[in-house]
Amino acid sequence: MSRIGAEDHSTFSPVGPKSDFTTTAWWILFAVAAFVCVVVIALAVGAVVARRRATVHGGEAKGIVLTFGVVIPALVLAATFALSIVGIAKVAKPSRPAAITIDVVGHQWWWEVRYPDSGAVTANEIHVPVGTPVELRLTSADVIHSFWVPAVMPKLDLIPGHTNDTWLTVDDAGTYRGQCAEYCGVQHAHMAFSVVAQPEADFRSWLQGQSSPARTPTTAAQKKGYDVFTSGSCATCHTVRGTPADGQVGPDLTHLATRAKLAAETIPNDRGHLGGWIANSQQIKPGNKMPPQPLSPRDLTAVIAYLESLE
Amino acid sequence: MTTEQVEPGRDVWPRDVEAAAAGMLHERAVAEGAVGDRLREVWEEEPGFKGFLTTVNHKRIGRRYLVTAGFFFMLAGIQALVMRTQLGSPNNGVVSAETYNQLFSLHGTAMIFFFATPMNSGFGNFFLPLMVGTRDMAFPRLNALSYWIFLFSGLFMFASLPLGMAPDAGWFAYVPLSDRFSSTHGLEFYALGLLFLAVSSTVGSINLIVTALKMRAPGMTLARVPVFVWAIVTQSFMLLFALPPLDVANVMLFMDLRFHTQFFVESGGGDTILWQHLFWLFGHPDVYIIVLPAMGIISSVIPTFARRPIAAYSFVVLATVATGIISFGVWVHHMFAVGLSDVAQSFFAAATLTISLPAGIQMFAWLATMWRGRVVVTTALLYAVGFIVTFVIGGVTGVMFAVVPFDQQVTDSYFVVAHFHYVLFGGAVMPMLAGLFYWWPKMTGRSLHEKAGMWSFAVVFVGFNLTFFPMHLAGLLGMPRRIYTYDDGLGWTVWNVLSTAGSYVLGAGFLLTLGVFVESLLRQRWAPDDPWGGNTLEWATASPPEDYNFPVVPTVHSLNPLWDEQSLPSMVEHRHDGVRTMTDKHEALRTSELDARVEGPMAMPSDTPVPLWLALALTLSVVFLMAGWYVASAVAFGLVAAIAAYWMWDRPDVEEIEEEAG
Repeated sequence: MSRIGAEDHSTFSPVGPKSDFTTTAWWILFAVAAFVCVVVIALAVGAVVARRRATVHGGEAKGIVLTFGVVIPALVLAATFALSIVGIAKVAKPSRPAAITIDVVGHQWWWEVRYPDSGAVTANEIHVPVGTPVELRLTSADVIHSFWVPAVMPKLDLIPGHTNDTWLTVDDAGTYRGQCAEYCGVQHAHMAFSVVAQPEADFRSWLQGQSSPARTPTTAAQKKGYDVFTSGSCATCHTVRGTPADGQVGPDLTHLATRAKLAAETIPNDRGHLGGWIANSQQIKPGNKMPPQPLSPRDLTAVIAYLESLE
Repeated sequence: MTTEQVEPGRDVWPRDVEAAAAGMLHERAVAEGAVGDRLREVWEEEPGFKGFLTTVNHKRIGRRYLVTAGFFFMLAGIQALVMRTQLGSPNNGVVSAETYNQLFSLHGTAMIFFFATPMNSGFGNFFLPLMVGTRDMAFPRLNALSYWIFLFSGLFMFASLPLGMAPDAGWFAYVPLSDRFSSTHGLEFYALGLLFLAVSSTVGSINLIVTALKMRAPGMTLARVPVFVWAIVTQSFMLLFALPPLDVANVMLFMDLRFHTQFFVESGGGDTILWQHLFWLFGHPDVYIIVLPAMGIISSVIPTFARRPIAAYSFVVLATVATGIISFGVWVHHMFAVGLSDVAQSFFAAATLTISLPAGIQMFAWLATMWRGRVVVTTALLYAVGFIVTFVIGGVTGVMFAVVPFDQQVTDSYFVVAHFHYVLFGGAVMPMLAGLFYWWPKMTGRSLHEKAGMWSFAVVFVGFNLTFFPMHLAGLLGMPRRIYTYDDGLGWTVWNVLSTAGSYVLGAGFLLTLGVFVESLLRQRWAPDDPWGGNTLEWATASPPEDYNFPVVPTVHSLNPLWDEQSLPSMVEHRHDGVRTMTDKHEALRTSELDARVEGPMAMPSDTPVPLWLALALTLSVVFLMAGWYVASAVAFGLVAAIAAYWMWDRPDVEEIEEEAG
């Protein structure tokens, strides 16, 4: 089954060794659990149905209780523990050393993504080479968030003041949806991201693009937008590498036009949504940290033109 | 303890024709005839509104606990219905993100702290003294204090909602979201409200423990103590050990919020994860604080309706106590996604698995009891069976969390929401409903409409499963918990629609249940003393029990005193024995801790408004602290100390009793 291009966020369709394990574990656990439930429920309902006119027996039934309440469960639980230990070992380290490192910093309510080796910085979209182990260093700029890509890897928290080291490998090329899984404030519901797994060559060219400084504006509208952006309030929060805009509050916008979505996957990245977001993001994602921008229609159009040129 | 000698399956056994016509047990009729009038005089409390405020009677306080906790259940349930409505369709706008976040935070906080735990206290208050065969709690005034503080702290917490300052960081309020990043005063309400409530839980626990240890009827050795009483005592000890970490955490949180201390601030030398350890060190035992007494209710209901003593009694008791102890060693399984060491994770995985063994013991003890008995189908029994069915589902998904990577996959997703509702609704609410249907005639003196009750069970059971079962799937499909909305096309819509539909069915089920209770109160279907042919001592009292509970304190000869041949007749036997009747003064019988030998009567306090004053003064102190009026708060706290001193000093109506050797 090809999943290329399809967003996927289900634990039932794993595409990496970590989620492979948890999915296998799930089906084992589910089978045992279903069996236990069927037996117990049958016994409980059976008693109501079958014992209504029965003769009362005395006795403590200690043997039955010990056998079914202790001995058999203990065996099952021991096996479960073995599964757990195997799992802990399995997800502890990748099969071979990681080729690249990515820093992910959680923010209320978006994901900062940095490639320290190349200097690339982006947001809410994590590109990785397919089939290659990637080291992840997770931390947070504010509150606790949790990094979760159900199809690729289980959760690990992003904790301010701590760095959690982990790794992921994506076995199939495609885009996989992730979402913050630790309640982190008013817009916790809109803090999603994507893991985009690409063939090595595509990944390298993407990374090279992301590492380079922003394109210079060419058209008049783009130039006008550049001026508004760098001289106005935009630059106090956002960075566009290679320009005077070096704000550190919001996402790096150097290559904004390459991203598929905006506002941590809240809206698509197209002209209409981008304009709406800049004018009043509070209507789209109430409570987010970006105040409404009272730009004149001309300035707004210019800024949109400039941002759309940032490929 | 000789369960073999018990005659199982004895229904109400009327030997006195007149008493039987009034639904009275023969033995009680004789005992009441001997001393009832005199005791009624001695134990009478002030009538009317003043009596309402000054009562120290454990049954009135117990009922009050149940009604108040039920009221908070209703409020938190309505919040849940609003949340389910919001999630009923993608990108819905029934409530704003802020409101939704306040709703789920208050829903969890209220259900755990202001419904489930106090509901157990209500059952414990009403039935523990009756089951051990005594006349009141060990400290009746402390009992009144415990209730008033519970009521006022609950009102304090809920007052935050209309003030627009409800807690909004979830019921476990992780720092730093609850700390430096909290923008309203909601978390101050949370920290203070829980500290305030903890006073109530602490004194209530001590009261229940002392009552169970010192006031059991003669002959009720530890091996003859009903499982429910064991469960309440275990729960009370757990509260005493689990609350301090929570209290400490809340003091630190309040200090951080109000006085800018740095307990949880990394840059100030504090620690973010400290809160999680302290919270779950309370929080996991709290699951069993809620579930154990509920299981105790099941251990009361099933033997009665299986017409035989509980199977493997000693194992059930050991399992209860073991659960209480082991529950303090599993808290880290709430933190498997934090990034702790593999060794720590394996240890807590093993502990998590271990704690399911005692649950297995109890489960098969109930099943064995039913399979070796004759099952009488009543609403209470149906709820008990409903409990077994739902609790086993919550149990097996709980075991799954011991597989650490799987836990990391599903934690903080809807899978966990499904799991803990199966555990807490299945494991606590179902048993509580079983308990209400079982003990309603004892508490109110009226019978319930059984057929309507069974329908209520059916609707609640279907509604519950329809609400919470689909959440397992939503979680496995990647839906995180605590999101106020979601996009269509993620594959979650259908499961959320089902859940929302289920929640309305569940709501209808509760309305029906409420209707069954109200109908019973409006009718005059008077209940006999022992409508079900129960096995424990509460059924030896009137329905509802007289103020003094037992005219003559019986001698307990077995684990199932109402089913043996000697315990009830002992009430007749001892009806002229002053130590057993205590007709002269307001007294209860004190016995030894282990083997319940008679130590002699002890004085019991009469009704008084002092606990209410103290609770009000403490409320003032807390409200002033919340308002930032620290001097006023200190003055109010001084008032608390003064009232406490007066309480200890002035002991109206307590007459000195000579110590008698046991």
